[in-house]
Amino acid sequence: MALKKSVLFFILPLTLLMWQVVTTLLNVPEFMFPRPLSVVRALWQMLQNGELYTNTISSLFRVTWGFYIAVVTAVPLGLLIGRQKYLRSVLNPLIQFLRPISPLAWIPMALIWFGIGDKPAIFLIFLSSFFPLVVFTTSSVLNIRTTYLRVAENFGLSGMKFYTRVILPAALPEIITALRITLGTAWLVIVAAEMIAVKSGLGYLIMDARNSLRMDMVVAGMVVIGTVGLILDYMVRLLERMPSVEWSRKRR
Amino acid sequence: MEQEETLKKVEVNRLKKSYIERRTKKRFLSQCSAYEYCKVLDGLTFSISSGDFVCFIGPSGCGKSTMFRIISGFERPSSGSVQIDGKEVTGPSNKHVCVFQEDGLFPWLTARQNIAMGMEEASSKEALEEIEEYLELVGLSGFGDHYPHELSGGMRRRAEVARALITNPDILFMDEPFGALDFVTRLQMREEMVNVHQMFDMTILFITHDIDEALQLGDRIIMLSQRPAKVAWDIKIDEPHPRDLSTGDLRRLRKEIYYRMGLHVAL
Repeated sequence: MALKKSVLFFILPLTLLMWQVVTTLLNVPEFMFPRPLSVVRALWQMLQNGELYTNTISSLFRVTWGFYIAVVTAVPLGLLIGRQKYLRSVLNPLIQFLRPISPLAWIPMALIWFGIGDKPAIFLIFLSSFFPLVVFTTSSVLNIRTTYLRVAENFGLSGMKFYTRVILPAALPEIITALRITLGTAWLVIVAAEMIAVKSGLGYLIMDARNSLRMDMVVAGMVVIGTVGLILDYMVRLLERMPSVEWSRKRR
Repeated sequence: MEQEETLKKVEVNRLKKSYIERRTKKRFLSQCSAYEYCKVLDGLTFSISSGDFVCFIGPSGCGKSTMFRIISGFERPSSGSVQIDGKEVTGPSNKHVCVFQEDGLFPWLTARQNIAMGMEEASSKEALEEIEEYLELVGLSGFGDHYPHELSGGMRRRAEVARALITNPDILFMDEPFGALDFVTRLQMREEMVNVHQMFDMTILFITHDIDEALQLGDRIIMLSQRPAKVAWDIKIDEPHPRDLSTGDLRRLRKEIYYRMGLHVAL
Protein backbone atom coordinates (compact mmCIF):
# COMPACT_ATOMS: atom_id res chain seq x y z
CA MET A 1 0.00 0.00 0.00
CA ALA A 2 2.81 2.37 0.91
CA LEU A 3 4.47 1.51 -2.37
CA LYS A 4 1.31 2.17 -4.39
CA LYS A 5 0.89 5.57 -2.80
CA SER A 6 4.48 6.54 -3.40
CA VAL A 7 4.09 5.62 -7.06
CA LEU A 8 0.92 7.62 -7.41
CA PHE A 9 1.98 10.74 -5.59
CA PHE A 10 5.69 10.86 -6.11
CA ILE A 11 7.27 8.73 -8.82
CA LEU A 12 4.63 9.31 -11.49
CA PRO A 13 4.62 13.14 -11.25
CA LEU A 14 8.39 13.17 -11.05
CA THR A 15 8.72 11.12 -14.25
CA LEU A 16 6.29 13.38 -16.07
CA LEU A 17 8.16 16.44 -14.89
CA MET A 18 11.52 15.03 -16.00
CA TRP A 19 10.04 14.14 -19.36
CA GLN A 20 8.74 17.67 -19.84
CA VAL A 21 11.98 19.29 -18.69
CA VAL A 22 14.33 17.07 -20.68
CA THR A 23 12.37 17.30 -23.93
CA THR A 24 12.14 21.09 -23.56
CA LEU A 25 15.80 21.59 -22.64
CA LEU A 26 17.10 19.34 -25.43
CA ASN A 27 14.59 20.91 -27.78
CA VAL A 28 13.41 17.53 -29.08
CA PRO A 29 11.01 18.12 -32.00
CA GLU A 30 7.35 17.35 -31.19
CA PHE A 31 7.00 14.81 -33.99
CA MET A 32 9.83 12.69 -32.53
CA PHE A 33 8.94 12.75 -28.87
CA PRO A 34 5.93 14.80 -27.83
CA ARG A 35 5.87 16.59 -24.52
CA PRO A 36 3.55 15.52 -21.71
CA LEU A 37 1.63 18.76 -21.93
CA SER A 38 0.86 18.30 -25.60
CA VAL A 39 -0.15 14.69 -24.91
CA VAL A 40 -2.55 15.92 -22.25
CA ARG A 41 -3.87 18.49 -24.70
CA ALA A 42 -4.38 15.80 -27.34
CA LEU A 43 -6.12 13.59 -24.80
CA TRP A 44 -8.44 16.42 -23.84
CA GLN A 45 -9.17 17.20 -27.47
CA MET A 46 -9.98 13.58 -28.30
CA LEU A 47 -12.11 13.29 -25.21
CA GLN A 48 -14.12 16.31 -26.26
CA ASN A 49 -14.75 15.29 -29.83
CA GLY A 50 -15.67 11.78 -28.66
CA GLU A 51 -12.97 10.08 -30.73
CA LEU A 52 -11.41 8.48 -27.69
CA TYR A 53 -14.68 7.20 -26.37
CA THR A 54 -15.92 5.56 -29.58
CA ASN A 55 -12.56 3.99 -30.40
CA THR A 56 -12.07 2.60 -26.91
CA ILE A 57 -15.57 1.17 -26.99
CA SER A 58 -15.03 -0.52 -30.34
CA SER A 59 -11.74 -2.03 -29.16
CA LEU A 60 -13.34 -3.25 -25.93
CA PHE A 61 -16.31 -4.60 -27.86
CA ARG A 62 -14.05 -6.79 -30.00
CA VAL A 63 -11.89 -7.93 -27.12
CA THR A 64 -14.91 -8.76 -25.00
CA TRP A 65 -16.51 -10.90 -27.67
CA GLY A 66 -13.33 -12.61 -28.80
CA PHE A 67 -12.22 -13.30 -25.26
CA TYR A 68 -15.65 -14.41 -24.11
CA ILE A 69 -16.04 -16.90 -26.93
CA ALA A 70 -12.53 -18.19 -26.22
CA VAL A 71 -13.25 -18.65 -22.51
CA VAL A 72 -16.52 -20.53 -22.94
CA THR A 73 -14.98 -22.88 -25.49
CA ALA A 74 -11.39 -23.24 -24.28
CA VAL A 75 -12.02 -23.83 -20.58
CA PRO A 76 -14.46 -26.75 -20.98
CA LEU A 77 -12.26 -28.21 -23.71
CA GLY A 78 -9.19 -27.86 -21.49
CA LEU A 79 -11.00 -29.56 -18.59
CA LEU A 80 -11.96 -32.46 -20.86
CA ILE A 81 -8.49 -32.79 -22.37
CA GLY A 82 -6.99 -32.74 -18.90
CA ARG A 83 -9.13 -35.68 -17.83
CA GLN A 84 -9.30 -37.76 -20.99
CA LYS A 85 -6.00 -39.31 -21.89
CA TYR A 86 -7.21 -40.36 -25.32
CA LEU A 87 -8.48 -36.89 -26.21
CA ARG A 88 -5.21 -35.44 -24.97
CA SER A 89 -3.09 -37.64 -27.19
CA VAL A 90 -5.21 -36.71 -30.21
CA LEU A 91 -5.65 -32.96 -29.69
CA ASN A 92 -2.51 -31.97 -27.86
CA PRO A 93 -0.09 -32.14 -30.81
CA LEU A 94 -2.45 -30.03 -32.91
CA ILE A 95 -2.91 -27.42 -30.20
CA GLN A 96 0.80 -27.29 -29.44
CA PHE A 97 1.46 -26.73 -33.12
CA LEU A 98 -1.10 -23.94 -33.54
CA ARG A 99 -0.29 -22.18 -30.28
CA PRO A 100 3.05 -20.57 -31.19
CA ILE A 101 1.64 -19.10 -34.43
CA SER A 102 1.06 -15.40 -33.82
CA PRO A 103 -2.59 -14.45 -34.23
CA LEU A 104 -1.35 -11.72 -36.56
CA ALA A 105 -0.25 -14.40 -39.02
CA TRP A 106 -3.92 -15.27 -39.31
CA ILE A 107 -4.86 -11.77 -40.52
CA PRO A 108 -4.94 -12.65 -44.24
CA MET A 109 -7.13 -15.67 -43.57
CA ALA A 110 -9.32 -13.71 -41.19
CA LEU A 111 -9.92 -11.03 -43.82
CA ILE A 112 -10.81 -13.57 -46.48
CA TRP A 113 -13.13 -15.56 -44.21
CA PHE A 114 -14.84 -12.70 -42.44
CA GLY A 115 -14.35 -9.65 -44.67
CA ILE A 116 -13.81 -6.17 -43.24
CA GLY A 117 -15.29 -5.17 -39.91
CA ASP A 118 -15.55 -6.43 -36.37
CA LYS A 119 -15.66 -10.13 -37.21
CA PRO A 120 -12.05 -10.67 -38.32
CA ALA A 121 -10.79 -8.71 -35.30
CA ILE A 122 -12.97 -10.77 -32.95
CA PHE A 123 -11.70 -13.92 -34.64
CA LEU A 124 -8.09 -12.84 -34.07
CA ILE A 125 -8.76 -12.11 -30.40
CA PHE A 126 -10.43 -15.48 -30.09
CA LEU A 127 -7.36 -17.17 -31.58
CA SER A 128 -4.96 -15.27 -29.36
CA SER A 129 -6.81 -16.42 -26.23
CA PHE A 130 -8.10 -19.83 -27.21
CA PHE A 131 -4.91 -21.86 -27.52
CA PRO A 132 -3.14 -20.56 -24.40
CA LEU A 133 -6.33 -21.01 -22.40
CA VAL A 134 -6.74 -24.62 -23.51
CA VAL A 135 -3.13 -25.37 -22.65
CA PHE A 136 -3.25 -23.63 -19.26
CA THR A 137 -6.56 -25.26 -18.32
CA THR A 138 -5.29 -28.69 -19.31
CA SER A 139 -2.16 -28.34 -17.24
CA SER A 140 -4.07 -27.04 -14.24
CA VAL A 141 -6.32 -30.10 -14.41
CA LEU A 142 -3.26 -32.33 -14.55
CA ASN A 143 -1.94 -30.55 -11.46
CA ILE A 144 -4.98 -31.36 -9.31
CA ARG A 145 -3.96 -33.30 -6.23
CA THR A 146 -4.70 -37.01 -6.49
CA THR A 147 -6.28 -36.93 -3.05
CA TYR A 148 -9.11 -34.70 -4.28
CA LEU A 149 -9.76 -37.04 -7.20
CA ARG A 150 -9.77 -40.04 -4.86
CA VAL A 151 -12.17 -38.33 -2.46
CA ALA A 152 -14.48 -37.52 -5.37
CA GLU A 153 -14.33 -41.10 -6.54
CA ASN A 154 -14.87 -42.33 -3.00
CA PHE A 155 -18.06 -40.30 -2.66
CA GLY A 156 -19.25 -41.49 -6.03
CA LEU A 157 -19.16 -38.15 -7.87
CA SER A 158 -19.26 -38.81 -11.59
CA GLY A 159 -20.19 -37.26 -14.91
CA MET A 160 -21.18 -33.59 -14.91
CA LYS A 161 -21.15 -33.42 -11.11
CA PHE A 162 -17.55 -34.55 -11.06
CA TYR A 163 -16.55 -31.77 -13.46
CA THR A 164 -18.57 -28.96 -11.92
CA ARG A 165 -17.96 -29.82 -8.26
CA VAL A 166 -14.39 -31.06 -8.28
CA ILE A 167 -12.41 -30.57 -11.47
CA LEU A 168 -13.45 -26.99 -12.23
CA PRO A 169 -13.14 -25.60 -8.68
CA ALA A 170 -9.84 -27.41 -8.12
CA ALA A 171 -8.40 -25.98 -11.32
CA LEU A 172 -10.04 -22.57 -10.99
CA PRO A 173 -7.24 -20.65 -9.25
CA GLU A 174 -4.82 -21.57 -12.02
CA ILE A 175 -7.45 -20.91 -14.67
CA ILE A 176 -7.97 -17.41 -13.31
CA THR A 177 -4.25 -16.74 -13.52
CA ALA A 178 -4.45 -17.95 -17.12
CA LEU A 179 -7.37 -15.59 -17.76
CA ARG A 180 -5.29 -12.69 -16.52
CA ILE A 181 -2.41 -13.53 -18.82
CA THR A 182 -4.62 -14.21 -21.83
CA LEU A 183 -6.71 -11.10 -21.42
CA GLY A 184 -3.45 -9.14 -21.39
CA THR A 185 -2.40 -10.83 -24.62
CA ALA A 186 -5.81 -10.20 -26.17
CA TRP A 187 -5.46 -6.52 -25.39
CA LEU A 188 -2.01 -6.52 -27.02
CA VAL A 189 -3.34 -8.24 -30.11
CA ILE A 190 -6.40 -6.04 -30.61
CA VAL A 191 -4.24 -2.96 -31.11
CA ALA A 192 -2.10 -4.70 -33.70
CA ALA A 193 -5.14 -6.18 -35.42
CA GLU A 194 -6.88 -2.85 -35.63
CA MET A 195 -3.88 -1.28 -37.29
CA ILE A 196 -4.43 -3.56 -40.26
CA ALA A 197 -7.90 -4.95 -40.42
CA VAL A 198 -10.34 -2.23 -39.47
CA LYS A 199 -11.14 1.48 -39.50
CA SER A 200 -11.93 2.00 -35.82
CA GLY A 201 -10.55 1.19 -32.39
CA LEU A 202 -7.51 2.36 -30.48
CA GLY A 203 -5.09 0.62 -32.87
CA TYR A 204 -6.69 2.43 -35.78
CA LEU A 205 -6.58 5.70 -33.85
CA ILE A 206 -2.83 5.36 -33.39
CA MET A 207 -2.23 4.45 -37.03
CA ASP A 208 -4.42 7.32 -38.19
CA ALA A 209 -2.58 9.80 -35.96
CA ARG A 210 0.77 8.57 -37.25
CA ASN A 211 -0.33 9.11 -40.83
CA SER A 212 -0.90 12.77 -40.04
CA LEU A 213 2.30 12.92 -37.94
CA ARG A 214 0.36 13.75 -34.78
CA MET A 215 2.74 12.06 -32.33
CA ASP A 216 0.97 13.69 -29.41
CA MET A 217 -2.16 11.78 -30.40
CA VAL A 218 -0.13 8.57 -30.84
CA VAL A 219 1.22 8.82 -27.31
CA ALA A 220 -2.22 9.79 -26.01
CA GLY A 221 -3.54 6.60 -27.61
CA MET A 222 -0.79 4.61 -25.93
CA VAL A 223 -1.66 6.11 -22.57
CA VAL A 224 -5.29 5.08 -23.00
CA ILE A 225 -4.29 1.54 -24.03
CA GLY A 226 -2.11 1.24 -20.93
CA THR A 227 -4.85 2.53 -18.65
CA VAL A 228 -7.53 0.25 -20.06
CA GLY A 229 -5.10 -2.67 -19.81
CA LEU A 230 -4.59 -1.94 -16.12
CA ILE A 231 -8.32 -1.76 -15.52
CA LEU A 232 -8.92 -5.07 -17.32
CA ASP A 233 -6.21 -6.75 -15.26
CA TYR A 234 -7.68 -5.35 -12.08
CA MET A 235 -11.09 -6.72 -12.99
CA VAL A 236 -9.75 -10.26 -13.43
CA ARG A 237 -7.79 -9.93 -10.22
CA LEU A 238 -11.04 -9.32 -8.39
CA LEU A 239 -11.95 -12.91 -9.29
CA GLU A 240 -8.93 -14.14 -7.34
CA ARG A 241 -10.48 -12.77 -4.18
CA MET A 242 -13.58 -14.96 -4.38
CA PRO A 243 -13.68 -17.04 -1.20
CA SER A 244 -13.79 -20.31 -3.11
CA VAL A 245 -10.60 -19.40 -4.97
CA GLU A 246 -8.60 -17.79 -2.21
CA TRP A 247 -7.31 -21.10 -0.81
CA SER A 248 -4.61 -21.49 -3.40
CA ARG A 249 -2.93 -18.27 -2.25
CA LYS A 250 -3.50 -18.90 1.43
CA ARG A 251 -1.97 -22.33 1.36
CA ARG A 252 1.64 -21.34 1.10
CA MET B 1 -17.44 -74.59 14.52
CA GLU B 2 -19.95 -71.81 14.36
CA GLN B 3 -17.31 -69.15 13.96
CA GLU B 4 -16.34 -70.44 10.57
CA GLU B 5 -19.91 -69.96 9.44
CA THR B 6 -20.05 -66.25 10.22
CA LEU B 7 -19.22 -64.06 7.27
CA LYS B 8 -16.14 -61.96 7.70
CA LYS B 9 -16.41 -58.28 6.83
CA VAL B 10 -13.10 -58.02 5.03
CA GLU B 11 -11.35 -61.03 3.63
CA VAL B 12 -7.86 -60.55 2.22
CA ASN B 13 -6.42 -63.59 0.54
CA ARG B 14 -2.82 -64.02 -0.68
CA LEU B 15 -2.73 -60.40 -1.75
CA LYS B 16 0.28 -59.52 -3.89
CA LYS B 17 1.28 -56.29 -5.50
CA SER B 18 4.35 -55.51 -7.51
CA TYR B 19 5.22 -52.83 -10.00
CA ILE B 20 8.08 -51.94 -12.30
CA GLU B 21 10.38 -49.40 -10.71
CA ARG B 22 10.45 -46.42 -13.10
CA ARG B 23 12.55 -44.14 -10.95
CA THR B 24 16.09 -44.21 -12.24
CA LYS B 25 17.45 -42.83 -9.00
CA LYS B 26 17.34 -45.15 -6.07
CA ARG B 27 14.88 -44.10 -3.47
CA PHE B 28 15.42 -44.15 0.25
CA LEU B 29 14.52 -47.55 1.70
CA SER B 30 13.65 -49.03 -1.64
CA GLN B 31 15.38 -52.27 -2.45
CA CYS B 32 14.63 -52.11 -6.13
CA SER B 33 16.84 -50.60 -8.76
CA ALA B 34 15.58 -49.05 -11.97
CA TYR B 35 13.32 -51.06 -14.26
CA GLU B 36 13.35 -53.97 -11.88
CA TYR B 37 10.23 -55.82 -10.88
CA CYS B 38 9.51 -54.55 -7.41
CA LYS B 39 7.45 -56.47 -4.88
CA VAL B 40 5.47 -54.43 -2.39
CA LEU B 41 3.00 -56.87 -0.95
CA ASP B 42 3.88 -60.51 -0.74
CA GLY B 43 0.88 -62.67 -0.08
CA LEU B 44 -1.00 -60.84 2.64
CA THR B 45 -3.70 -62.96 4.18
CA PHE B 46 -6.02 -61.89 6.97
CA SER B 47 -9.67 -61.38 7.67
CA ILE B 48 -11.50 -58.82 9.71
CA SER B 49 -14.79 -59.30 11.51
CA SER B 50 -17.56 -56.79 11.31
CA GLY B 51 -17.27 -54.01 13.88
CA ASP B 52 -13.59 -54.52 14.57
CA PHE B 53 -11.17 -51.66 15.06
CA VAL B 54 -8.01 -52.93 13.40
CA CYS B 55 -4.73 -51.04 13.52
CA PHE B 56 -1.96 -51.68 11.03
CA ILE B 57 1.61 -50.99 12.00
CA GLY B 58 4.85 -51.67 10.21
CA PRO B 59 8.10 -50.06 9.13
CA SER B 60 7.76 -47.01 6.90
CA GLY B 61 7.63 -47.76 3.23
CA CYS B 62 6.52 -51.33 3.82
CA GLY B 63 3.38 -51.00 1.73
CA LYS B 64 0.67 -50.21 4.26
CA SER B 65 -0.79 -47.41 2.14
CA THR B 66 -0.59 -49.54 -1.00
CA MET B 67 -2.50 -52.28 0.81
CA PHE B 68 -5.12 -49.71 1.86
CA ARG B 69 -5.54 -48.41 -1.66
CA ILE B 70 -6.13 -51.95 -2.86
CA ILE B 71 -8.59 -52.91 -0.12
CA SER B 72 -10.53 -49.67 -0.58
CA GLY B 73 -10.67 -50.25 -4.31
CA PHE B 74 -8.48 -47.49 -5.72
CA GLU B 75 -5.86 -49.90 -7.05
CA ARG B 76 -5.90 -53.42 -8.40
CA PRO B 77 -3.80 -56.16 -6.85
CA SER B 78 -1.28 -58.05 -8.98
CA SER B 79 -2.72 -61.26 -7.67
CA GLY B 80 -4.80 -62.54 -4.78
CA SER B 81 -8.17 -61.23 -3.77
CA VAL B 82 -9.93 -58.79 -1.50
CA GLN B 83 -13.51 -59.47 -0.58
CA ILE B 84 -15.80 -57.22 1.39
CA ASP B 85 -19.05 -58.82 2.56
CA GLY B 86 -18.17 -61.80 0.43
CA LYS B 87 -17.97 -59.74 -2.76
CA GLU B 88 -14.81 -59.04 -4.71
CA VAL B 89 -13.73 -55.39 -4.48
CA THR B 90 -13.78 -53.83 -7.94
CA GLY B 91 -13.66 -50.13 -7.14
CA PRO B 92 -14.21 -47.52 -4.47
CA SER B 93 -17.61 -47.25 -2.88
CA ASN B 94 -19.23 -44.68 -0.63
CA LYS B 95 -19.91 -47.49 1.83
CA HIS B 96 -16.16 -47.75 2.40
CA VAL B 97 -14.93 -44.27 3.10
CA CYS B 98 -11.29 -43.25 3.31
CA VAL B 99 -9.69 -40.55 5.39
CA PHE B 100 -6.44 -39.97 3.60
CA GLN B 101 -3.01 -39.23 4.92
CA GLU B 102 -3.02 -35.80 3.26
CA ASP B 103 -5.69 -33.17 3.69
CA GLY B 104 -8.67 -34.47 1.81
CA LEU B 105 -11.13 -31.65 2.45
CA PHE B 106 -11.97 -29.69 -0.66
CA PRO B 107 -10.40 -26.28 -0.01
CA TRP B 108 -12.94 -24.50 -2.22
CA LEU B 109 -15.84 -25.59 -0.02
CA THR B 110 -16.62 -24.53 3.54
CA ALA B 111 -16.58 -27.12 6.31
CA ARG B 112 -20.36 -27.40 6.03
CA GLN B 113 -20.32 -27.77 2.25
CA ASN B 114 -17.59 -30.37 2.55
CA ILE B 115 -19.66 -32.43 4.94
CA ALA B 116 -22.74 -31.96 2.76
CA MET B 117 -20.76 -33.45 -0.11
CA GLY B 118 -20.86 -36.80 1.65
CA MET B 119 -24.64 -36.85 1.44
CA GLU B 120 -26.83 -37.93 -1.43
CA GLU B 121 -29.18 -35.07 -0.91
CA ALA B 122 -28.08 -32.08 1.12
CA SER B 123 -30.63 -29.31 0.64
CA SER B 124 -33.60 -30.49 2.69
CA LYS B 125 -34.23 -29.22 6.19
CA GLU B 126 -33.50 -32.61 7.71
CA ALA B 127 -30.21 -32.84 5.87
CA LEU B 128 -29.13 -29.41 7.09
CA GLU B 129 -30.01 -30.39 10.65
CA GLU B 130 -28.04 -33.59 10.28
CA ILE B 131 -24.99 -31.68 9.06
CA GLU B 132 -25.28 -29.42 12.09
CA GLU B 133 -25.43 -32.50 14.31
CA TYR B 134 -22.26 -33.91 12.83
CA LEU B 135 -20.47 -30.59 13.11
CA GLU B 136 -21.37 -30.63 16.77
CA LEU B 137 -20.34 -34.26 17.16
CA VAL B 138 -16.80 -33.46 16.07
CA GLY B 139 -16.72 -30.22 18.01
CA LEU B 140 -16.97 -27.86 15.07
CA SER B 141 -20.29 -26.16 15.70
CA GLY B 142 -19.85 -22.50 14.86
CA PHE B 143 -17.15 -23.28 12.30
CA GLY B 144 -19.44 -24.57 9.55
CA ASP B 145 -18.92 -21.54 7.35
CA HIS B 146 -15.14 -21.55 7.61
CA TYR B 147 -13.01 -22.62 4.68
CA PRO B 148 -10.42 -25.33 5.40
CA HIS B 149 -7.54 -22.83 5.23
CA GLU B 150 -9.23 -20.91 8.02
CA LEU B 151 -9.26 -23.98 10.30
CA SER B 152 -6.45 -25.53 12.30
CA GLY B 153 -4.99 -28.90 11.35
CA GLY B 154 -6.97 -30.68 14.05
CA MET B 155 -10.21 -29.01 13.03
CA ARG B 156 -9.65 -29.98 9.41
CA ARG B 157 -9.20 -33.59 10.47
CA ARG B 158 -12.38 -33.43 12.51
CA ALA B 159 -14.31 -32.04 9.57
CA GLU B 160 -12.96 -34.82 7.42
CA VAL B 161 -14.00 -37.44 9.93
CA ALA B 162 -17.47 -35.86 10.05
CA ARG B 163 -17.68 -35.95 6.27
CA ALA B 164 -16.80 -39.64 6.33
CA LEU B 165 -19.23 -40.46 9.15
CA ILE B 166 -22.24 -38.69 7.65
CA THR B 167 -22.32 -41.13 4.73
CA ASN B 168 -22.88 -43.84 7.35
CA PRO B 169 -20.18 -46.12 5.96
CA ASP B 170 -19.73 -49.80 6.81
CA ILE B 171 -15.98 -49.45 6.79
CA LEU B 172 -13.84 -46.48 7.64
CA PHE B 173 -10.31 -46.49 6.26
CA MET B 174 -7.91 -44.16 7.99
CA ASP B 175 -4.37 -43.83 6.74
CA GLU B 176 -2.23 -42.21 9.41
CA PRO B 177 -4.92 -39.62 9.92
CA PHE B 178 -3.39 -37.89 12.92
CA GLY B 179 0.27 -38.05 11.97
CA ALA B 180 0.59 -34.34 11.28
CA LEU B 181 -1.13 -33.16 14.46
CA ASP B 182 0.46 -31.94 17.65
CA PHE B 183 0.67 -34.27 20.61
CA VAL B 184 -2.32 -33.09 22.62
CA THR B 185 -4.60 -32.78 19.59
CA ARG B 186 -3.59 -36.28 18.61
CA LEU B 187 -4.61 -37.62 22.00
CA GLN B 188 -7.94 -35.82 21.72
CA MET B 189 -8.53 -37.30 18.29
CA ARG B 190 -7.75 -40.76 19.66
CA GLU B 191 -10.31 -40.31 22.36
CA GLU B 192 -12.85 -39.25 19.77
CA MET B 193 -12.09 -42.25 17.60
CA VAL B 194 -12.79 -44.55 20.53
CA ASN B 195 -16.10 -42.78 21.05
CA VAL B 196 -16.95 -42.87 17.38
CA HIS B 197 -16.25 -46.57 17.22
CA GLN B 198 -18.47 -47.24 20.20
CA MET B 199 -21.24 -44.99 18.93
CA PHE B 200 -21.38 -46.10 15.31
CA ASP B 201 -21.29 -49.76 14.56
CA MET B 202 -18.63 -49.76 11.91
CA THR B 203 -15.47 -51.57 11.00
CA ILE B 204 -12.43 -49.33 11.19
CA LEU B 205 -9.12 -50.01 9.48
CA PHE B 206 -6.48 -47.69 10.78
CA ILE B 207 -2.86 -47.25 9.71
CA THR B 208 -0.52 -45.68 12.19
CA HIS B 209 3.15 -45.29 12.90
CA ASP B 210 2.47 -44.72 16.53
CA ILE B 211 2.62 -47.97 18.49
CA ASP B 212 0.91 -46.42 21.50
CA GLU B 213 -1.88 -45.17 19.28
CA ALA B 214 -2.38 -48.67 17.93
CA LEU B 215 -2.42 -50.12 21.43
CA GLN B 216 -4.90 -47.58 22.69
CA LEU B 217 -7.30 -47.81 19.77
CA GLY B 218 -7.24 -51.29 18.32
CA ASP B 219 -9.28 -54.36 19.09
CA ARG B 220 -6.60 -55.94 17.00
CA ILE B 221 -3.19 -54.99 15.72
CA ILE B 222 -1.79 -56.38 12.51
CA MET B 223 1.93 -55.86 12.20
CA LEU B 224 3.43 -55.97 8.72
CA SER B 225 7.00 -56.99 7.93
CA GLN B 226 9.61 -55.12 5.93
CA ARG B 227 8.93 -54.81 2.24
CA PRO B 228 7.78 -57.01 0.58
CA ALA B 229 5.14 -56.95 3.27
CA LYS B 230 3.69 -60.01 4.94
CA VAL B 231 1.68 -60.27 8.09
CA ALA B 232 4.36 -60.45 10.76
CA TRP B 233 2.18 -60.60 13.81
CA ASP B 234 -1.53 -60.57 14.46
CA ILE B 235 -2.49 -59.48 17.97
CA LYS B 236 -5.90 -59.43 19.59
CA ILE B 237 -6.42 -56.93 22.37
CA ASP B 238 -9.31 -57.52 24.71
CA GLU B 239 -8.75 -54.68 27.14
CA PRO B 240 -11.57 -52.23 27.82
CA HIS B 241 -11.22 -48.50 27.24
CA PRO B 242 -9.70 -46.33 28.64
CA ARG B 243 -6.46 -48.25 28.46
CA ASP B 244 -3.41 -47.75 30.58
CA LEU B 245 -0.32 -48.76 28.65
CA SER B 246 2.03 -48.52 31.60
CA THR B 247 0.89 -51.63 33.44
CA GLY B 248 0.00 -55.25 32.96
CA ASP B 249 -0.45 -57.05 29.68
CA LEU B 250 -0.50 -53.91 27.60
CA ARG B 251 2.87 -52.89 28.95
CA ARG B 252 4.34 -56.29 28.08
CA LEU B 253 2.72 -56.20 24.65
CA ARG B 254 4.07 -52.73 24.01
CA LYS B 255 7.59 -53.85 24.85
CA GLU B 256 7.25 -56.86 22.61
CA ILE B 257 6.06 -54.72 19.68
CA TYR B 258 8.91 -52.27 20.13
CA TYR B 259 11.27 -55.21 20.14
CA ARG B 260 9.81 -56.77 17.01
CA MET B 261 9.87 -53.43 15.22
CA GLY B 262 13.60 -53.46 15.68
CA LEU B 263 13.87 -51.19 18.70
CA HIS B 264 16.07 -53.35 20.84
CA VAL B 265 16.82 -50.86 23.52
CA ALA B 266 14.06 -50.69 26.07
CA LEU B 267 12.59 -47.22 25.82
